[in-house]
Amino acid sequence: MKTSFVHMKISVLLLLTALLTTGCASSAGGNKDPLEGFNRAIFAFNDGVDRVILKPVATGYDAVLPTPVRKGVTNFFGNIADVFIGINNLLQGKVSDGAGDLGRVAVNSTLGLLGVFDVASNMGIEKHEEDFGQTFGRWGADSGAFVVVPFFGPRTVRDTAGLVLDVATDPVGYVDHVPTRNTMAGVRLVNDRANLLPADKVIAEAALDKYSYIRDAYLQRRRSLIYDGNAPREAESE
Amino acid sequence: MKFLVALVTSLIFSAVAVALPVNGLAPDALIKSISSEVIDIVKADKEIQSGNFKKAAELVDKKVAPHFDFMRMTRLALGREWRQANADQQKVLANEFQTLLVRTYSKALTEYKNQIVDVKPLALKAADTDVKVRSEIKQSGAKAIQLDYYLQKTNDSWKVYDIEVAGMSLVTNYRESFANEVRSSGIDGLIKVLQAKNKSDDTVAVKK
Repeated sequence: MKTSFVHMKISVLLLLTALLTTGCASSAGGNKDPLEGFNRAIFAFNDGVDRVILKPVATGYDAVLPTPVRKGVTNFFGNIADVFIGINNLLQGKVSDGAGDLGRVAVNSTLGLLGVFDVASNMGIEKHEEDFGQTFGRWGADSGAFVVVPFFGPRTVRDTAGLVLDVATDPVGYVDHVPTRNTMAGVRLVNDRANLLPADKVIAEAALDKYSYIRDAYLQRRRSLIYDGNAPREAESE
Repeated sequence: MKFLVALVTSLIFSAVAVALPVNGLAPDALIKSISSEVIDIVKADKEIQSGNFKKAAELVDKKVAPHFDFMRMTRLALGREWRQANADQQKVLANEFQTLLVRTYSKALTEYKNQIVDVKPLALKAADTDVKVRSEIKQSGAKAIQLDYYLQKTNDSWKVYDIEVAGMSLVTNYRESFANEVRSSGIDGLIKVLQAKNKSDDTVAVKK
C-alpha cells in the first residue's frame, strides 16, 4: 500500500509542474531565471526549515554516529537508488551502464549485505548518477526556467517533472509497513543532509550571494550530467 | 543536493594545483605532484585537520596559488564586464578574487580530508598550449567526482585558469553575480562587495 502521503507529495509536485509549464515554460533567451522573485522566497523558506529543523537534527546525527556507520547508511540507500539509476540509463539507451547499475544492485544486495557495503565499487563496477530529469534531457526536453521547489530545493521545470517520477518510483515509498517506511525515509533525509554539512561552510566562504551561487552551480551541474560529464565548454565571451 | 557535495569535496583539489620546482613538467604530471603533495601535508598536519583555517590558507598560498593565473580567472569570471575596468581596477579585482578563491579552497581543505585523487594521463602534443587535465576523486558509495583542470602554457610553464568540479566551473559560477553587481553599482561597486566579503570573519553566519 502506498500512503496518501506519497500521493500528496506527488500531487503537489504535479500541480507545480503544471503551473510552471503553462505559466512560464519559455525561459526566453537572456534571462535564465524569470521566476527569481518567487524562487528567492521559496529558497528563504527552505533555508528556514533547514536551519530550524533539518540541520540541527543532522548535526546531532553526525556527532553521534561513527563514520563507518554513516558510510553504511549512505551505501544502503545508494544501493536502493541504483535500481532506478539503472532503469534511467536503460531508458536513455545506455545499455552497458544500465546493466552495470543493476549488476551493482545484485552484488551489493548479496555480497554487500543488503547494500551496507559497496562491494561492487571495489570490484570496479562504477556507480552512476541518473534520474528522470536527465532522461528527459537526453530525450531532448528543454530545461525550462530555473525553479526552487518547496522542501526539495533547486530544479528546473524539466527536472521538476522528473522529480515527480523520481518520487513516484522511489522504492522506499513502496515499503508496506508504515513505521518502517517512515523511519527509512527519515533516516535517508537526515543522512543526506549530514553528508552536506561540510559543504555549508565552504559555500558560505565562497558565495557573495548564496542564492545565485547555488542556482548557477545547479544549472552548470545539470548541464554537465546530461552530457555525462563531457559538456562542451560554453563560450567565454571575454 | 548531491551536486553540493560534489562541488565542495573537490574545492580541495583545486587547492591541489601545483607548486614545486616544476618548470617544464607536463600538465598532468604537474597536477599529480601538487595533488599528492598538498594531500600529504594536510594528512600530516594535526592543526589543519582540526580546522586551523589560517594554516590551511598559508599552505594554499604557498603551494597552490603560484600555479594559478588569477588575472585570467578574474577576466573569465567577469566576462564582458572585464573591459569596463581600467588597468588599476583590473589589478584590484584580480587581487580580491584571488583572496576569495584561496579562502574558499582553504576552507575546503579543513572540511574535507583524506581524499583519494586519481589524475588521468594526458596525451600532450608538442604544439598544445591549452589543455584540460582530468582527474577523479574516489568515494565509496557514491559516484566518483570528476575534477577537471584547464591549463594554459605561458613562457614554458603551465598555469591553471579554470577548475571544473563535477562539471561546475568555480570561476564562471561567479559570472552572473559579478555582472549583476557591475550593472547595478559599477566596477567599483563590485570591488567594494569583494573587499567586504574578504574582510568578513571566516565564520560568517553559516546558513543551511
